[in-house]
Amino acid sequence: MSLLELANVQGGYGPVRVLHDIDLAVEEGHVAVVLGANGAGKTTTLRAISGLIHAQGDIIFDGRQILGRSPEAVARLGIAHVPQGRGTFTELTVEENLRIGAVNRSDGDVRSDLERWYSVFPRLADRRNQEAGSMSGGEQQMLALARAMMARPRLLLLDEPSLGLAPLVTRELFAQLGDLNRNHGMTVLVVEQNANLALDIGNWGYVLEAGRIAVQGDARQLHDDEAVRKAYLGF
Amino acid sequence: MQLFVEQVINGIGNGLVYGSVALALVIIFRTTGVLNFAQGEMALFSTYITWKLASESDGFGLPIVAAIGVSMAVAFVAGAVIERVLIRPVEQARSPLNVVIVTLGLFLGLNSVAQLIFGTDPQLMPSPFPEGNVELFSSGGDAVVVSKDTIGLIAVLVAECVLLWLLLQRTKLGLKLRAVAANPDSARLHGIRAGTMLMLGWGMAAAIGALAGSLVASQRTGFDGSLMQIIIVYAFAAAALGGFDSLIGAVVAGLIVGIADALTVQYVDPLEGIEVVVPLGLILVVLIVLPNGLFGRRTVERV
Repeated sequence: MSLLELANVQGGYGPVRVLHDIDLAVEEGHVAVVLGANGAGKTTTLRAISGLIHAQGDIIFDGRQILGRSPEAVARLGIAHVPQGRGTFTELTVEENLRIGAVNRSDGDVRSDLERWYSVFPRLADRRNQEAGSMSGGEQQMLALARAMMARPRLLLLDEPSLGLAPLVTRELFAQLGDLNRNHGMTVLVVEQNANLALDIGNWGYVLEAGRIAVQGDARQLHDDEAVRKAYLGF
Repeated sequence: MQLFVEQVINGIGNGLVYGSVALALVIIFRTTGVLNFAQGEMALFSTYITWKLASESDGFGLPIVAAIGVSMAVAFVAGAVIERVLIRPVEQARSPLNVVIVTLGLFLGLNSVAQLIFGTDPQLMPSPFPEGNVELFSSGGDAVVVSKDTIGLIAVLVAECVLLWLLLQRTKLGLKLRAVAANPDSARLHGIRAGTMLMLGWGMAAAIGALAGSLVASQRTGFDGSLMQIIIVYAFAAAALGGFDSLIGAVVAGLIVGIADALTVQYVDPLEGIEVVVPLGLILVVLIVLPNGLFGRRTVERV
């Protein structure tokens, strides 16, 4: 059974329907990549999973229906959502941001987890007492990743992590994301415009078009499929 | 010199009252983004509750400290309910002006209802502090004399500020409150119940107002429905001077306003009766030079 399954999901904003029929699945330990043009419904799909918009259909996480639950409740089930814009708590320090990630944990390992993610992202350690809003976009994206991991989630949702980042920083970020998946067994659902980088670390890919899944397949095969690349991915 | 020191200490006492009401304004502004014009009248209503509980002749004759405690608890619950029932539904309609109208309505409504229930005659609030004066030190025959009332007021409000700071900076609950204030959407995605935090913010602000109002009333020879009117103006001024999003700023600015006011009353005779122009003029100058106030953050965000 997949960790996350969406079946016939529809939804949108008020009277505007963005998602018409989304079926997708994320296997435990895998990286699933959702690609597509602006307005295809990528962000909306993540927002539906997190309960940020009203949706219909089935969203099953770990065997439980989560459609209709509040964002707080979905987060507490173990889904960490890094939104577009990175969700930084700008006026709090880097360390306080990380502690917010762990705020619903009651085990005593928060301190050691902090050190663990500081060692994965050394630049955050250098800036632990700095205001998070004063960091660069790339650093804030690292912070968002680390903050999400502080919750010890079972599933990580990432919304266009490369947005607004320099190519070099994006490359580094995806390398780290690949690490999270390989070395920490993190299950990831990532929405991206940068198809090339995302498919490189992904197991399975979906291409969204106008609120529907247009194409799906093994990430490697999608990456190398000339027709798919020309029609949907533009590289 | 002795007179000067006495006036400064009185100014500190008043300034802490302005500062703690400003603190309540800032807590609500930071967590919900609402300027709560009803803050003063919420405090007035709580002050009447304290009085009703404590008064020997017209009330239940509870010890004053217990009365203040009960009144703060009632105010906390009422503040939380106001957020949930009156503010949130209107906020979700997504016009910030609507919320302003609601708080203005609360301002008028609470003032009227308070007078309807408790009457318009001045009432006497018992003091939680001992009577008499304390001689702090004497320099060359001139002793600096301050009332125990004022010293007690200063001690309680300083303790309140320290406790609040500890709560916000050193506890998990404080971290959640600050997370919701900084980025409510992101806080929800981290499993923080934003709605509950907003109710807590309003409850805390209301309880702070109850304490400040009750203590101020106990210093007066009598209080009525106009108790908070000057105080709320000074508190808004202090909040603006402090930068509106800074808790420390609110308290420091409250002290500046209080001391400036006390010294004007003592030393600037031509302004008798209109002393208020000095602190307000001071604030105007500061805000022209520093539009974000003394402690407000100049937003340096990078994308």
